[in-house]
Amino acid sequence: MRYTLQKLTTMLITLVTISFLVFLSFHLIAGDPATKMLGTEATPERLAALRTEMGLDAPFLVRYVRWFTAFITGDFGSSYSYNMPVSAMIGDKVPITLTLTFMAFLLIILLSIPLGVYTAKKANRLIDRIIMVVNQIIMAVPPFFAGIILTLVFGLILRLFTPGGYVSYKTDSLKFITYLFFPALALALPKAAMAIKLLRSSVLAEARLDYVRTAYSKGNSTNQVLYRHVLKNAMIPFITFLGMTLAEMIAGSIIIEQVFGIPGLGRILLTSIANRDYPVVMAIIILIAFMVLVVNIVVDIIYGLIDPRIKQRDFLSLRSLERKQRKSKASFGKNVEKMPFFRTVKRLR
Amino acid sequence: MKRKEAVRFFSAMVLISLTVALSACSGDKQGDELSSVITVGIPQDIEDSLDPHRAVAAGTREVLFNLFEGLVKPTSDGDYIPAIASDFTIAENGLVYTFTLRENVKFHDGSTVTAEDVKFSLDKCADTGSGSPLVAAFANISEVLILDEKTIAIHLFTPDTEILASLTTAIIPAANASPESNPIGTGPYLFTSRSPQENFVVTRFADYWGDKANIETVIFKIIANSDTIVMDLEGGSLDMVPRITKSQSDELSGRFNILEGTMNLVQALYLNHAVPPFDILEVRQALCYAVDPFEIMLMISDGKGAEVGSSMFPAFTKYFIEDLNNFYSFDIEKAKQLLSDAGYPDGFSFTITVPSNHTQHVDTAQVLVEQFKRIGVQANIELIEWETWVAEVNTGRNYETTVIGLVASTFTARAMLDRFHTDNRRNFNNYSNPDFDIALENALASADDLMKTFYYKECLRILTETAANVYIQDLPEFVAISNKFGGYEFYPLPALDMAKMYIVD
Repeated sequence: MRYTLQKLTTMLITLVTISFLVFLSFHLIAGDPATKMLGTEATPERLAALRTEMGLDAPFLVRYVRWFTAFITGDFGSSYSYNMPVSAMIGDKVPITLTLTFMAFLLIILLSIPLGVYTAKKANRLIDRIIMVVNQIIMAVPPFFAGIILTLVFGLILRLFTPGGYVSYKTDSLKFITYLFFPALALALPKAAMAIKLLRSSVLAEARLDYVRTAYSKGNSTNQVLYRHVLKNAMIPFITFLGMTLAEMIAGSIIIEQVFGIPGLGRILLTSIANRDYPVVMAIIILIAFMVLVVNIVVDIIYGLIDPRIKQRDFLSLRSLERKQRKSKASFGKNVEKMPFFRTVKRLR
Repeated sequence: MKRKEAVRFFSAMVLISLTVALSACSGDKQGDELSSVITVGIPQDIEDSLDPHRAVAAGTREVLFNLFEGLVKPTSDGDYIPAIASDFTIAENGLVYTFTLRENVKFHDGSTVTAEDVKFSLDKCADTGSGSPLVAAFANISEVLILDEKTIAIHLFTPDTEILASLTTAIIPAANASPESNPIGTGPYLFTSRSPQENFVVTRFADYWGDKANIETVIFKIIANSDTIVMDLEGGSLDMVPRITKSQSDELSGRFNILEGTMNLVQALYLNHAVPPFDILEVRQALCYAVDPFEIMLMISDGKGAEVGSSMFPAFTKYFIEDLNNFYSFDIEKAKQLLSDAGYPDGFSFTITVPSNHTQHVDTAQVLVEQFKRIGVQANIELIEWETWVAEVNTGRNYETTVIGLVASTFTARAMLDRFHTDNRRNFNNYSNPDFDIALENALASADDLMKTFYYKECLRILTETAANVYIQDLPEFVAISNKFGGYEFYPLPALDMAKMYIVD
C-alpha cells in the first residue's frame, strides 16, 4: 500500500514538473498563437488586441496557474488554431496512435520471442549466424528509413497498399487496421531486432548458470529445461526492455506517422508546437508522459508476477538496504567486501 | 507436449496475422470509382481561422475562396465581377458606392442574404476598435447605409478607386454566432467536415446562385510529408497538388498534367535599412549588381521563374514595369567599384535570416551566399522557424537581411507598396524615403485611375533606384493534376477555384 502511494506521488510530481517545464519553454521561445494567426499581417496594435482577446497578455505565472486549475478540473482548454476543444481534438487522435503503438508492440512480441529462443537454441550454428547478421542490419535501420523502404517495396512495386491512403477508423476499421500494418512493421522492426538479440543472449547467459545443470541432472530434456526454467528467468531483462520500448514507441510513432501520412497524435503535436498552440501541446505531452509512467508501473507489477523475489526487494526495501550498507561502510570501513549482498553481486557478474 | 504446442501456436499466429494483413491490403486496390470526388493535397491545415475576415495565411484563403464571396469576386484575369451584388454604381465624386443585391442569394444554412448581413460583414471588417481595421482599406469607409432591403450604399472619406478589390471581403450571416468554427458563406461549396491535420471536406452547394460546381465533393487533404507527394499522387491517394517542386514534377508519370504558373509574389533579399551598412545606398546597389537572378532560377528550379526588378510581380500587368528588371544588370566590376566607393573595399559580412520551412527561400539564400562571395562579401545563413521569423523579423525588425516572398493580400498595388511608407506599421524594412512617401500618398489620394497608376509606378521606380531590396524573382508554381480532371485556372491572388474543375471522360 505504501509502495503504491509512493509510486502515485512520484507520478503526480513528475507530471506537474513536466507541465511546468513545457509551459515555461513555450514562454521562452519566440512567437505565440497571436503571431501565428496574423503572420505577415502582424502589426504591434493588432498583436496586442489579439493577445488581449485570447488572454495571452497576463503574466506567465498567472497564465500557468489559470491553465493548471482548468486542467485539473478536466477543462483542457480549446485549440487556438482550430477553435475546438482540445479534448475532442485529441480524443479523435488517441485511438490512432495507440492502435499503431500496440500493433507494433504485438509485432515485436510475435517476432522476437520465437526468434530469440530459436537462435539461442541454435547458437553459433549457421542458421543462427544468418539470422543474427540480418538482425544486425535491421537494427541499424532507423524506423523512418524502414518506413520509406516499406512504402517503396510494398506500396509502389508490389502494390499491396496505397501510400498515403490512410482510412479513418470511423469510416472503415478493417481498412484502418490494414493500412496501419506497414507503419507498425516499420516501427517494430528495429526494436524487434534488438529484442531478439537481447532475449538470445539472456537465454544463453542463464543457460550457463548452475541450476541448469541441476535441471538436466534431474532428467529434463533440453526443451523442458529451456521452457520450464531458463526462459522464465531470461524474461526479466527482456520485459524491462519491452517496457522501455513501449514507452519509447508511443513517442517514436510521431516520426512514423509523418512518413506514412497518418493523422495521429504525433502530427497534431508537431504542428501545434509550430503554431504555439500550447493548450494542445500541453495536453498531448502530459498524456504521453502519463502513458509512459503507467507502462513503467505495469512493468513493475509484471516483475513481481514473474519473480516474487523482486517484490520483496522493491523500491523501499532496496533503499533501506542501501542505507544499512552505508552505515556499515562507515563503521566497518574496508570490510564492506564481506557483506553478503556484495558477494552475490560479484558472483553474478 | 503443451509447451511445444504453445510454440507452434505462436508461430502460426505470426503467419496468420501476416497473411491476413497482406491479403486484405491487396483487396482494396481495385475500387477505382469516380463518384465525383477530388482529393487535393494542401501543404498545411487551416490553422489561423475559418472566419474569412480573420484568415490571413495564403493557404487558408485559397481554400476559403470556395466557401465565401463578397459583393464582387475576382476573376482569373484579375478583374472583378458582381457576385452577391448584381450591379453597382459609383457616384461622380467617387465617394459613394451603391450596390444592388442579387435576388435570392442563399447562405449555406438556407437563409437569404439580406442588406443587414452585408452591413454587418462590412462593419465588422471596418471596425477600428482594436487599433486597425481587419481590412486595411476599410479605414476609409465612413459609413455603410442600408437604403432599402436590396440596396446598400458605402460612403468613403476620400475617393479610392482600389476599394473594389477590398469589397471581395466575404459576406457572412449576421446571425452566425461562431464564424470561426462554423463557416457559413455563399460560395459554390459548403463546409462539411474537418479533422485536424487530416482533411478539410467541402461539398457542392445545391442552392448556389451561379454556375454550380461540377465535382460533388472536394477533400482538401493535408500533406504530412512533402517527400511522399510523388508516391501519394502515383498511388492514387491524391488527385491534385498545387505547388510541387520542379524535381517532383519531373518524377511524375504521364498520368498527370503539370500546369505551370507563377506564385505572384516578390522574392527578394529584403534588407533592414536601420542596420549598417545597409543604410548606405552604394552598398545596397553593389549587392543588386552582384546578384544574377537567372543563375538562382537555374539552380533552384531548372531555370523556371520570372525576374522582378521592384516590389511588383509580373502578373499584375497594370503596374509591372519590365524595364526595372535591367536597372541593375549583373556586373561584378561595378559592384566592387560601388563597394569601395562606399568605404568597404574589402567587403563585409552579414547574416541572411531565412524561415527554414520555405525550401525555395533557403535554396535561394544558398545561391546568394556564393554570388556575394564574388565581390568579397561574406554572407552567413541563419535558419529559423517560421514563428520566430514572424516574431523577430516581421514584427520585431530585429535582423540584418532576409529572403522571403511577399504577396499581395488583395489584388491592389497598395497591398504591395504601402508597407514601404516610413510610418507604416508593416514596414519591416525600416525603409524611409521622403520621395517614396510623397508618391505613395499621392497615389492613395488620387481619385483618377490614370494618376493613381502613374504614382504607383513612380513608387516602384523609387524602390528600384534606391535599391530598397535586392529583388530577385516571382517563383514558378507547378500544379500537378491527374489527367482525369480538367478546368484548373490560375488566379493572380490566393485561390484554388474548385467549382470550375470537371471530370474528363
